Amino acid sequence: MDLRFLEVLLPMMLSGLRLTLVISLAGIALGTVIGSLCGYLLQSGLKVGKAAAEIYIWIIRATPLMVQALYGYYVIPRLLGVELDSTTVGILVIALNSGAFISEIVRGALTSVEAGQKEAGKSLGLTRAQTMLHIVIPPAFRIALPALFNQFIISVKDTALLSVIAVNEVTHQAQAYAALSFQAIPTYTALAVFYLVILSVLIVIQKGVEKKMR
Amino acid sequence: MAAKMIHIQHLSKKFGDLEVLRDINMDVEKGEVVCIIGPSGSGKSTFLRCINQLEKPSGGEVSYQGKSLMEKGCNIRAFREEVGMVFQKFYLFPMKTVLENVMLAPVLTKHMSKKEAREKAMELLRKVGMEEKADEYPGTLSGGQQQRVAIARALAMEPRVLLFDEPTSALDPELVGEVLEVMKNLAKEGMTMIVVTHEMGFAKEVADRVVFMADGLIVEEGSPAQIFTVPREERTKSFLARILPAQAQEVPA
Repeated sequence: MDLRFLEVLLPMMLSGLRLTLVISLAGIALGTVIGSLCGYLLQSGLKVGKAAAEIYIWIIRATPLMVQALYGYYVIPRLLGVELDSTTVGILVIALNSGAFISEIVRGALTSVEAGQKEAGKSLGLTRAQTMLHIVIPPAFRIALPALFNQFIISVKDTALLSVIAVNEVTHQAQAYAALSFQAIPTYTALAVFYLVILSVLIVIQKGVEKKMR
Repeated sequence: MAAKMIHIQHLSKKFGDLEVLRDINMDVEKGEVVCIIGPSGSGKSTFLRCINQLEKPSGGEVSYQGKSLMEKGCNIRAFREEVGMVFQKFYLFPMKTVLENVMLAPVLTKHMSKKEAREKAMELLRKVGMEEKADEYPGTLSGGQQQRVAIARALAMEPRVLLFDEPTSALDPELVGEVLEVMKNLAKEGMTMIVVTHEMGFAKEVADRVVFMADGLIVEEGSPAQIFTVPREERTKSFLARILPAQAQEVPA
């Protein structure tokens, strides 16, 4: 078998892989921040904040990611009169999309901590912030972990959909190469293996973190 | 007589249309042990929770050492540092060890060094007989052990007053004694305590004063001897008649 095609395929795939990782990590990190904030707002008494979070989550959950990507790339920059490169849009789409789902995870985890735990903190003279940080968040985090990692995994896979806005992530690169070279079998096999490796690492991290939190 | 630790006047609490507390008046002196008894739904727990403002009273006055807790700008957090609470369901922090549970509040609120807090926590755990479990997590302990840790946790703040909200009601019967024993020792040391309880034996033996509540009112109060042997009010009589025979076998008076 002639393996010379690898000289072209591998560099393309590796550059795509790098972009997939950058978008995944940045998107998930930002999404976790957004989700934590909105999840907190959802279960807080702050009416305006709660309403804003609910509208945001509604819009994201009720539209497909691919449509969000198209809208974020072709429509929103024009409306705002700005230029955004596809990678930036990709990161923002993954962040906003995962953020909405993470909000619900965070809300559920925070409300699952018994009210009595908070009262115990209060009754010891702790401030609200101290009660949140030392008493509510640790058990909430443990409860949220499985769902949170599920969302991380979904978000990594979702980066593949960003090929519709010409983000040269790994799936986009693989498609481009397969179309030009007719080397579908090795190309898509390599692609599948790449995802398998990335997501296996994430799964191993999840197991490690959950073990540590027990 | 020493100054009043806690002074409660015309305290009321409504949840919507439901009047849980109607007009509660009570004073607690330093070193006094007051046991609050009464049927379920009589407002005992709500009353206790109104004292440290876990429940916001609808009306009336709660003051601590002459200072109102219900005025705007009152530092309720500082008050809570001095008035500890022990809950029916313990509410130990599940992801912290027994030792960490006891150390947490002094380190956070009194800015005590970890070393000092640890020594103090160990001393308190010894006092409640839990020093051997210092590094265990609450989930591995029995209810009685958890409640003793919860008492140590409250004591770590060096409170002037301790509020107990049915501290033995969630315990298996054989574990009640160990918790009551700790509470008796605290009472002997002169701790000011307000105890909502169904343990009539404990009230008889330890209380300086017994308060009988029903339907959001204090129906009658007096010394344990008076309340348990010659109650004045009909409601007290019928309550005691129902509850005492049931407990007589468990708690020899």
